[in-house]
Amino acid sequence: MEIILSIGIGVFAASGVWLILRPRTYQVIIGLSLISYAVNLFIFAMAGGGLRVDAPPIIASGTAGDPSALADPIPQALVLTAIVIGFAMTALFLVVLLAARGRTGTDHVDGREPER
Amino acid sequence: MTGTTTPLVEHLAILPVLLPLAVGAFMLLFDERRRLFKMVLSLATVLALLIIAITLIVMVNMPSGDRWSTIFVYPLGNWPPPFGIVLVVDRLAAMMLLLTALLGSATLLFALARWHKAGPRFYTLFLLLLTGLNGAFLTGDLFNLFVFFEILLAASYGLVLHGSGTARVRAGLHYIPINLVASSLFLIGVAVIYGVTGTLNMADLSRIVPTLDGQARVLMEAGAAVLGIAFLVKAGMWPLSFWLPTTYAAACAPIAAMFAIMTKVGVYVILRLFLLCFGDEAGASEEFGALWLYYGGMATIAFGAIGVLASQSMQRLGGYAVLVSSGTLLAAIGTGNSAVISGALYYMATSTLAISAYFLLVELIERGQAAGADVLAVTLEIFGDPEEDIEDEDEEVGVAIPATIAVLGGAFVACTALLAGLPPLSGFIAKFAMLSALINEAGDIPASHWAFVVLLMLSGLGTLIAMTRNGIRTLWVPAENEIPRVRAIEAIPVAGLLFLCAAMTVAGGPTMRYMEATAQILYWPREYAREVLGSGPTSPGRSQTTHPITGGTP
Repeated sequence: MEIILSIGIGVFAASGVWLILRPRTYQVIIGLSLISYAVNLFIFAMAGGGLRVDAPPIIASGTAGDPSALADPIPQALVLTAIVIGFAMTALFLVVLLAARGRTGTDHVDGREPER
Repeated sequence: MTGTTTPLVEHLAILPVLLPLAVGAFMLLFDERRRLFKMVLSLATVLALLIIAITLIVMVNMPSGDRWSTIFVYPLGNWPPPFGIVLVVDRLAAMMLLLTALLGSATLLFALARWHKAGPRFYTLFLLLLTGLNGAFLTGDLFNLFVFFEILLAASYGLVLHGSGTARVRAGLHYIPINLVASSLFLIGVAVIYGVTGTLNMADLSRIVPTLDGQARVLMEAGAAVLGIAFLVKAGMWPLSFWLPTTYAAACAPIAAMFAIMTKVGVYVILRLFLLCFGDEAGASEEFGALWLYYGGMATIAFGAIGVLASQSMQRLGGYAVLVSSGTLLAAIGTGNSAVISGALYYMATSTLAISAYFLLVELIERGQAAGADVLAVTLEIFGDPEEDIEDEDEEVGVAIPATIAVLGGAFVACTALLAGLPPLSGFIAKFAMLSALINEAGDIPASHWAFVVLLMLSGLGTLIAMTRNGIRTLWVPAENEIPRVRAIEAIPVAGLLFLCAAMTVAGGPTMRYMEATAQILYWPREYAREVLGSGPTSPGRSQTTHPITGGTP
């Protein structure tokens, strides 16, 4: 479980960083999305007590609450917030990307094609 | 919380966040063409924020019980900390709120003269920026800090593009991804810190950090370092600051003036978290990262000073002045000396006001000139003006300087004195306070402190040279340029900001005492933690005027 998750985070982050360093705006936005996936998974991995499988999120009726048997709710709340914010920011950046394409006539991140 | 506060007063702590958010959202319901209505509403909001900030500063300054200062803790939803999210108003937060409100009212007034028409939904974005700033200053919780950071960043993305134009879109294309990546780092840092300590409450963190050892401590420090990088990108520490001058130069004048406080958000958070988590009581982690802040800050000062000297346009010069200012603050935090930090807090207030006034002023001065005239002015100086020899000198004698130019020139001189740290204005007092604290340290003064002293002096000299050169070439030219038409509503904010700096000079004693008390409180994280965590939930109806404090008093 741990190894799969960490490989997943690593692949997402590495591809994201590579794409962010590319010169085209579309590559940058995909890179940013991939990095935000990596970060969201990473938050889960840092949950209190480490990664857990089959831990219920809420207390079943009639049982006394044992916090150690339950899933840590805070990372879930954090990830949810981070997803919403990341989504909004990606949409906002997409608008800027289109505006830049329209204004400069190129999709290069510097607003002009490099001289060859 | 003190026993004397009434429930109504307690709610003041949330108003700086709630008010601009509500008004900003409310204004979205109305058509863009109802400008007058929106102008009045946003101006009233900003003025209300100013009044709230002043009230809060008076309130935190009041002694409570056996202490000479008050810390207000506002548990949101009345959940007791550390389980619930809290807002904390202490001296530092109240000071930053006041600074934000002052800048907000000055720049909004300036923008209402003409810039507000340059793009849609200006008022809402501006108020959202204030929401984010105030929230970031007030919150006592790391994740909440992230949310407020995102609010202020989202508003700033819109505001950078305000007025449109290729240069702004191009600057936005760099500004936005850099901040998005910094936000990702922010989240990684928060997640690591949560994984190690199991809490996101800053006061709780300050209690847990000293108890960590072995692997947990290393992880905590790694998390703090990642988090620190996110804030240093915001604060503009070299080499994370290359985006800053371009963005500030591209943004329209009132927005650039408001952005002067955005780098200070990064500095504020570093100051707060560094002293809370890695202060004198942090055990093995004491002063973690102090050297990085110190040398990084000094590199930023050097980079900023070179940039100031090399800038050809006046807006870029302002951008580099921002870097000098935040570099000075970071290096001062890195010294870990409370006297230096109290000087730095004074410097933070005065440099923010001065840079903001400078950005507004530059727009007024350049209004009468053709685009790129300032670039020409500096290159002319180097390569010589071909027309200079032909000039008929007799005609120039006795030409009166137009009144507008005289006023603008006077304001420019004041800005120069403030940014370079010359007497008689507050920039001098700020630098003097820091320098004297550095030199008067007990024992031998280390060479690294001398380096800081020399850099502070040299950066002042560089700023002075660059600004004098720019001022001469733009203000003392024969009046062939059109004299800028300046409306009173645009001159008042500039004059007001400069007046505040002058007032900080005249009232230097009381202001400095406030800063000293602020710096001292920052050095007592235990006290802060007790105030924040010790305050239990109040009764749901908040009908009590007094309530017992559990563990709040020693």
